[in-house]
Amino acid sequence: MKVTIRFFAAARERAKCNTLELELPSGVRVCELTVALLAKLPELGPLMPKLRIAVAEEFAGPDDVIPEGAEVALIPPVAGG
Amino acid sequence: MSGLYRLQDTPLSLQEVVDAVSAHSQGGLVTFSGAIRDHSKGKRVTRLEYEAYGPMAQKKLAQIGAEAREKWPGTQIAVVHRLGTLVPGDLAVVIAASAPHRKDAFLACEYVIDRLKQDVPIWKKEFAEDGEVWVGLGP
Repeated sequence: MKVTIRFFAAARERAKCNTLELELPSGVRVCELTVALLAKLPELGPLMPKLRIAVAEEFAGPDDVIPEGAEVALIPPVAGG
Repeated sequence: MSGLYRLQDTPLSLQEVVDAVSAHSQGGLVTFSGAIRDHSKGKRVTRLEYEAYGPMAQKKLAQIGAEAREKWPGTQIAVVHRLGTLVPGDLAVVIAASAPHRKDAFLACEYVIDRLKQDVPIWKKEFAEDGEVWVGLGP
């Protein structure tokens, strides 16, 4: 399945793009997506430990399964207010 | 009135959030205004650029408002956050919390700004005289 990943703030600057589409097996978990993403964009490496992952607009854990069609986003440390 | 939760790229109005939570049932009303400081760690700040993951940020604001209303029943919450380029003195966020009694309004207002800073996907890049940095990212 195709998974669209969105990048914001520091992650966007490092990735040098707003979105990326990855072709991943159905039932892929968040931790597997991050491995595939780092293979594609190794420049995200130093930032990765600081990022949270959102799936379908909710924070997700490493073992969460990514549903078909869900939007994934990399969330750098937030700084609202 | 179930609450007001919004992101916008135009100047904020404290009055808007006050009006959104005012009602005859609400005896106490507390507001928080977050403004851009002109200094950070000893440097002069010239501007901040805010961005958000809009749909998720809106959803998180509403979730946080619901959390506050669950913790302090009878409270009403309104939050509006600004995006785009802001300069010192500009308001970045306005929050109003009202409750039948003052204590709950104070607690709910503080809760909402604290939770906003933890979990709402909003980012700011700080531009100072000696360079730029994503706030919260660390060295």
